Amino acid sequence: MRARVIVLPRPEILDPQGRAVAHALSALHFGGVEDVRVGRIVDLTLQDGLERGAAELQVRKMAKDLLANPIVEDFTIQWLD
Amino acid sequence: MRVSVLQFPGSNCDHDCTYAFGSVLGCQTSLVWHGETELPADTGLVIVPGGFSYGDYLRCGAIAAHSPIMAAAKRFADQGGAIVGICNGFQILTESRLLPGALLRNQNLSFVCKNVTLRVDSQKSPLTARLPVGSLYTMPIAHMEGNFTASELTLADLEANGQIVLRYVDEHGEATHHANPNGAARNIAGVANRAGNVIGLMPHPERAIEALLGGTDGKSMLTGLIAYVRS
Repeated sequence: MRARVIVLPRPEILDPQGRAVAHALSALHFGGVEDVRVGRIVDLTLQDGLERGAAELQVRKMAKDLLANPIVEDFTIQWLD
Repeated sequence: MRVSVLQFPGSNCDHDCTYAFGSVLGCQTSLVWHGETELPADTGLVIVPGGFSYGDYLRCGAIAAHSPIMAAAKRFADQGGAIVGICNGFQILTESRLLPGALLRNQNLSFVCKNVTLRVDSQKSPLTARLPVGSLYTMPIAHMEGNFTASELTLADLEANGQIVLRYVDEHGEATHHANPNGAARNIAGVANRAGNVIGLMPHPERAIEALLGGTDGKSMLTGLIAYVRS
């Protein structure tokens, strides 16, 4: 079972990296980009035999306790299989 | 009274701190490895030093915050023990929730390495308890992630409780936009916890302890810290 945790800066947090990427895109003449947010993806491969419900709870806790900092970041979880 | 300097893989100001507290200030000082589960019994002050703990992987300080010695540091803080986190140590303390807020990438995306002027805005921390409010100190900063951030609600709360203990200011002592080296909210250079026994700051007092190294303002600050902790 594989889970993907996507971590992004919260909307109200200024994202200097995203802003720099937006500037760079504009310098490369890519128009039409209103906003860029830069985050991180963490792919987790979980041991076989884990019950899905328990795994979901566990991955959510991993994201809250370590993978994201809830003060400045939001996360979403996707299941890859 | 022992000064315990925590040491993580990737710490690089641990020996500077040991030199400052041990050789310059004459305290009994020990390095304490991150895998330890207890602080030395006679610890009176814990220093979380600067560096790149765990290579800054994931987020600065995020992995160090979960190391065994930090559980001991939390117990020490709960009992009122004094903890000072410097630079990466500040990041570790916010990640371990011993301090409020978070430290983001500098607003200009540059690693900033220069002298800054700090103003003491509150005595509600072991580091500033003996320093006059409004007094100015000059010492170096050297960081990529020093942009202190918290919600407006938290910032107002910190202000009201006197937890904003140090600010970046200009040579006249004014907290101007120009004096802010990293985009930190409200020019915050150092914050304390609500109880006032844990403080984190981005500047490096341990790097301003000898005239040969460019100044002694850090020594004045750390001398006040030791006097307070001993009392």
